[in-house]
Amino acid sequence: MPHPLRGAAAITGLGMTPMGRIYKSTSELAAEAVAKAITDAGLKKDDIDGLLINAGITGTTGGGLTLGLQNYLGLRNLRLLNHMNAAGSTAAQMVQYATMAIHADMATHVVCVFADAPLKEGTSAGAAYGGAARNPQRPRGMAGLYAAAGYFGANTPYALAARRHMALYGTKQDHLGIIAVGQRQWATMNPLAQMREPITLEDYHASRWIIEPLHLLDCCLVSNGAVAVIVSPAERAKDMPQPPVYIHGMGQGHPGDSGRAGSDWETETGAKFAAETAYRMAGVGPADFTQCQIYDCYTYTVLVTLEDYGFCKKGEGGPFVEDGKLGPGGSLPTNTGGGELSAYYMWGMTPLSEAVIQGRGHGGERQAKNDLILVTGNGGSLSYHACLILSPHPA
Amino acid sequence: MSQPQIPVPEPDEASRPFFDGAAEGRLMLMRCADCRTWRLPSRQHCDACLSDRFTWEAASGRGTVRTFGIMHQRYHPAFQVPYNVTIVELEEGPRLPTNLVDVANDEIRVGMPVEVVFERYDDVTLPRFRPAGRL
Ligand SMILES: [Zn+2]
Repeated sequence: MPHPLRGAAAITGLGMTPMGRIYKSTSELAAEAVAKAITDAGLKKDDIDGLLINAGITGTTGGGLTLGLQNYLGLRNLRLLNHMNAAGSTAAQMVQYATMAIHADMATHVVCVFADAPLKEGTSAGAAYGGAARNPQRPRGMAGLYAAAGYFGANTPYALAARRHMALYGTKQDHLGIIAVGQRQWATMNPLAQMREPITLEDYHASRWIIEPLHLLDCCLVSNGAVAVIVSPAERAKDMPQPPVYIHGMGQGHPGDSGRAGSDWETETGAKFAAETAYRMAGVGPADFTQCQIYDCYTYTVLVTLEDYGFCKKGEGGPFVEDGKLGPGGSLPTNTGGGELSAYYMWGMTPLSEAVIQGRGHGGERQAKNDLILVTGNGGSLSYHACLILSPHPA
Repeated sequence: MSQPQIPVPEPDEASRPFFDGAAEGRLMLMRCADCRTWRLPSRQHCDACLSDRFTWEAASGRGTVRTFGIMHQRYHPAFQVPYNVTIVELEEGPRLPTNLVDVANDEIRVGMPVEVVFERYDDVTLPRFRPAGRL
């Protein structure tokens, strides 16, 4: 018997703001995305009875979305409401909880929204995520050993993870570079992308080091903007204006403390067990996907995630991507909008929004075969993971 | 004008024996009194059995390079780039964020054996590591 959630709900609405140095408040950005999503789905505001909110980095640094968004949007009598944060895995998780609530008849049309505005006028992109380095307070206790070692920003743990993969498996700098180059090729075809100039492998190697083994072009962008999606029951979706993007499977995997003895957090992520849950629910395996939208805060994240989903064996991610199969014309089109590296950084909404565009067949010149789409979200230092399996076909 | 100081931690109740030990040249770690799991960072509860009973024990000070990065981004004025950021896996199992000393950046390797040395910064002493077996 098929899993009861397989194909129970679909994504019926998508709303996106422009991305990049858009200087608006997170509530204003969210409202713009939500309004677009409601119109896109052919709904009225009063049809919305669920709201799930994810604040982004401004949820920590200040100015982020709060539960107050319900009132800013004037949404009355919601039957489902929450403010969620499991870092980059949140977007996929919001769709998961929306699907479960819809299946349980607790809600009908659920808006899942992300907005962030870490870029301030006159400051660098790096300043938005620098964190502890500018903290004037003396760090307390052993947590302060990180700053005392000059361990700053999200770049550091990902560099450490990539280094260990290279040492254990012989992964090369070129392998990471090929991912960056391929995604930039996709971004040249995405009008929403912040970076649309093509790059070569030489450009990749020439880009400055952030923290070896990560070049600037291994690291994601920083963006202001917002994305909203609407999740609806599958039986309603077929009568709504947009081609439905059905949710066939979902899973989560959160491996736990990376500092603990015995953890292989650098090279084996929660994607491994998120995949088991999602594959079982959807009744599919890695060979069935026609495209992937993989969370790509760093090039390395793409490589290790593909391994953990079983597209290749553990440690073989480098040789797997080497032939350019992730780029345009390749056998496994991946991050077809340019991803977080080249298009826009809306946390887990980056892969999810592109998956909806692709699932609808609205990708234009970058449209890839869309029968089965893997969408992943990753956060922390490879600490939190969630995924969706989407398809234009009903279950 | 004085050199900017690196951001050294201020010992708190849960970490004081670690920093006191470092000042005396010993790498002291918290350990669960019930299941014997090391607690690093030190904390009230054991993450293996949730016991709140603990002892402090001296670790060997030996370990290996679990992984490392060479930082080029200038986040803080006290750090002269490029410098290494290293995770040392202690012989006892837990891992410590630190820097290697007495070694060139391009000589650092994953798996390299290292041993603790202690560096004093005003009122706090911090463990650093150097390649093992050097005099
Ligand atoms: Zn214990």
